[in-house]
Amino acid sequence: MKSFVQWLKKYRYKIIAGVFWIVLWQLMSMYINNTIFLASPFNVLKSLFLLCQTKDFWATIVGSFFKISGGFFLAVMCGVFFAVVTFRFVLLKEITTVFMQMIKSIPVASFVILALLWVKAKNLSLLISFLMVLPIIYINVLKGIHSADNSLLQMAKVFRMSPLRKVRYIYLPAIMPHFVSACSVGLGFCWKSGIAAEVISLAQYSIGSRLYEAKLYLNTEELFAWTIVIVLISAVFEKLVMIIIQAFSKSVTRTRRGRT
Amino acid sequence: MGADIVLSNIKKQYKEKVVLDQFSATFLEGKTTCIMGPSGVGKTTLLNLILKLENPDSGTITGIDKKTCAAVFQEDRLCEEFDAITNVMIAVSSHISEEQIREEFEKVHLSDYERKPVSSLSGGMKRRVAIVRAVLADSELIVLDEPLKGFDRTLKMDMLEYLKEALKGKTAILVTHEKEEASTLGDIIIEL
Repeated sequence: MKSFVQWLKKYRYKIIAGVFWIVLWQLMSMYINNTIFLASPFNVLKSLFLLCQTKDFWATIVGSFFKISGGFFLAVMCGVFFAVVTFRFVLLKEITTVFMQMIKSIPVASFVILALLWVKAKNLSLLISFLMVLPIIYINVLKGIHSADNSLLQMAKVFRMSPLRKVRYIYLPAIMPHFVSACSVGLGFCWKSGIAAEVISLAQYSIGSRLYEAKLYLNTEELFAWTIVIVLISAVFEKLVMIIIQAFSKSVTRTRRGRT
Repeated sequence: MGADIVLSNIKKQYKEKVVLDQFSATFLEGKTTCIMGPSGVGKTTLLNLILKLENPDSGTITGIDKKTCAAVFQEDRLCEEFDAITNVMIAVSSHISEEQIREEFEKVHLSDYERKPVSSLSGGMKRRVAIVRAVLADSELIVLDEPLKGFDRTLKMDMLEYLKEALKGKTAILVTHEKEEASTLGDIIIEL
């Protein structure tokens, strides 16, 4: 009970802000009084509750989750790999950077339509979330590698430190802040772009296609319900991944017993 | 025993500024050579050339190629996120135990701080970590760029004693402004 009171005290302003917007939403829906234009919070929750009871709902979530999160993790691996491989080779780095900058500046919608010509609709969200996150990870990790303290690298040269120790004690502490912020940006971005890709590709068992169907049949309550689902999955996924990444970051930038 | 380190007709300039011009010197094996001189005369540049962190524009340096080196740089150059023991451990060979590092820290009055992140240590403490790192590296050449800079009188005397013991019989090159340091530690003094 005591801890609940403390929790309430800690988050009171956030709770008040949340309640404020829900009440405003309710009042506006009552004022408009047309569920097609604006569904009420109660009706949206009811719709969400009904959706939760169907098998399709969970299959749709699983389908979207694995593709979009798969695209994110693939982008993290490839982004780090390309940054590490290219940083020593100026020409290779320039070639890769131009490609990454190009991906970064092309609008998501153009990419989605273009990518539909290359891959099957069911894999589009994976490809799009991968392509949207890849340049963010690559550019930031590369920046991190270049930010490694040159005076420490000179020290490492004088003391003949092994490459492994250089990576562990000089490069990783330099890279991690860049990597963590890149992942934070990428996590939000992969869900937005992935769902947008699903709306256009209309792949089976995807949240995007369910959003499109809800819009097509003017089922605003379901449209809102699916939007809440996206926000929740995205937030939980981001939180979990950031906890893991930050724990990893702390472990590599702090002293551990034993030699490497 | 290795060879002496011989610098012949070294020239080094940065853009228009000539820092070293036709500089020649011999650093004898097993001796501590002190380099003295006013600021900006090229002492640190000379050390960088000996450590092969920079190349001379002309001239030759012999006797250094196969030597293992350790250094106390003008800045401490420590991995700030990690503790003092780790900073030493990563720079010295694997046969130096943690116990030996602790013993060395005790000699320089750092026992209470050896497991604290270096970023939380004072300037003088960081300097002592850098000195211990160079001493324990067990190299054939130790280069020290103003190692006792910023120490108070008592600590400076203690550290002079510590370094005198640690550098005994080793080839060392020490840059300093202090005559007392040069006369206590140096076998040979070069004025730039």
